[in-house]
Amino acid sequence: MKRTLPLFLVFTSGMIMLLQHFVPSEESEFIYKYANDWLITVGVYAIMLGIWSLIRVTVAKARYESGERFYAIVTLFGMAIMIFSGITVESQRAGSLFMNIFAYVLIPIQATIFSLLAFYVASAAYRAFRARSVLATLLLITAFVVMLRMIPLGPVSVWNQYLVGWILSVPNLAAKRAIIMGVGLGMIATSMKIILGIERSYLGSD
Amino acid sequence: MNRLKLILLILMLALWSGIFIGRVSAQEASPPDSASAVKPAPPINVTVVDNPNDNGHFLLIKWDPSPDEKRSTDKVIGYEIYRSDKKDGKYKKIGITAVGIYEYKDGSDIEMYGENPNPRYISIGSIYYYKLRSITESGATSDFTSPLGAAPKENWFHTGKTSYFIAILLYFAIVLYYIKVAKSGKKLYIRPLGGIEAIDNAIGRATEMGRPILFVLGTGTASDIATIAGYTILARVARKTAEYQIPVLVPVNDPVMMSVAQETVRTAYIEAGRPDLYDEKNIPFVTAMQFPYVAAVTGMMIREKTATNFYMGLFYAESLLLAETGTMTGAIQISGTDQTAQLPFFIAATDFTLIGEELYAASAYLSGEPLLMGPLKAQDFMKAILIILIISGVISLSFGWNIIADIFKVNIT
Repeated sequence: MKRTLPLFLVFTSGMIMLLQHFVPSEESEFIYKYANDWLITVGVYAIMLGIWSLIRVTVAKARYESGERFYAIVTLFGMAIMIFSGITVESQRAGSLFMNIFAYVLIPIQATIFSLLAFYVASAAYRAFRARSVLATLLLITAFVVMLRMIPLGPVSVWNQYLVGWILSVPNLAAKRAIIMGVGLGMIATSMKIILGIERSYLGSD
Repeated sequence: MNRLKLILLILMLALWSGIFIGRVSAQEASPPDSASAVKPAPPINVTVVDNPNDNGHFLLIKWDPSPDEKRSTDKVIGYEIYRSDKKDGKYKKIGITAVGIYEYKDGSDIEMYGENPNPRYISIGSIYYYKLRSITESGATSDFTSPLGAAPKENWFHTGKTSYFIAILLYFAIVLYYIKVAKSGKKLYIRPLGGIEAIDNAIGRATEMGRPILFVLGTGTASDIATIAGYTILARVARKTAEYQIPVLVPVNDPVMMSVAQETVRTAYIEAGRPDLYDEKNIPFVTAMQFPYVAAVTGMMIREKTATNFYMGLFYAESLLLAETGTMTGAIQISGTDQTAQLPFFIAATDFTLIGEELYAASAYLSGEPLLMGPLKAQDFMKAILIILIISGVISLSFGWNIIADIFKVNIT
């Protein structure tokens, strides 16, 4: 019974949303908007669960795991500051403590993590482009040709531009399209499995 | 002397009034170029119809160009569209188009902007009348066309999506057929996937090393289909980890995802007969932001020394940051995503990658349940149909036959 009702809800709402896509009427649009509003409402309530989970896990770390105590305290302290500094309407204005922490602490930290990507791209490319097999060698040569496009090489750049254009718009695009088509079919199959109740591993037990 | 002054005054007044009248008449006689220009012909063959495939708040006005678009001087450069809710009522200009555009979609489904009515709003079933006129380079305008009216209608099926509605119905039928075949007990052959076969080995390695497994569901939302596919794989992986008694860590970036992931893992542990091993704290919500999430997960990899890392779901720029950190910690890594832009990063940095559709097939492979094999077989069958259609489309277009391309034309505007 614990599974019957969720499965019934999944089937009905799944079928309604599927058919809604093919019905452009005002009623159909209302259903779509209503379902999306529900999703937002559920999300708002769920954020409380998320915060509770974060606090519980972090407090447990601060109490019982000496190696992680420092990070746990910093997390709780940071969360408390952001909640209390951002609770008032004035906190959204430029120059407030909340906005200053956001602009001068959080954003630079995020930019730092993002910038690590440049180094990781280089190290991953080094491993990926090692000529260990025929296919890997082919990949290495292709990557080398594509990279040359970004370098001014005089007359060589002209024919290289055509070659790279061909690589990107013919074999590369063909492979991408094949993946996208497979993804589309996989998405529909997964949706059907869920709508028809065949795939139910995400549901709780009976 | 006074008489002379009076005469002079009369003369001056006459002269002044003459100049004034002359100016006025000159203005009337030689207005700007627009009035002196030859009046252009209005647009022809105007039609007003209900705009197809919409919610009933739009009308479509179409016309053929004015013959004076091609005259040598003072050409027609555009068209003005006027609307009224009564045939003989007051018409209001609602739009203008340049030469080359011979249709205008009028209407709006928003009735009010705050407390002010939206002038573009059109209500379902009411008749609206339209008149058009041409406008030239000098600003001269033609006569109006005769008023034409139409009422917008609500549409109950989007005819522009017919071909893919049929394709979905066909796919549904094939899936149901293969489910029936699978239920009958017939063994269905499915091609082996390297990434799937590696999952068991990766879990075994973590067991031997006595270290936890990390399962990352990506940075999508709970309603993304790739995330849902991630849950189904998580369920199979969690069941095995429960059997082998090793923890599975699932840090998530969305509270809804956290609830679903917790329920998925809990169910898997119950099914494996080890509910005592389930620990909710292993599936925490860490943050909703992308790069702080990366920091939290990579920190977890380094501190917990995870033996195996799974990345299954929707990934963006964090894919390589996570996978490269995993490589540095020496973990076996299996990834799967439907994001074509992230696939090269995963292929370069992880040991096995489930490419696109393989992510959706993984759950069926791992469970081995015949019912789940049905849709998988249907997926392969549909792919074969697509390949045949693409090849026949290429051949037919090469010979100049548009028949296949026309059948699959989709108009979703």
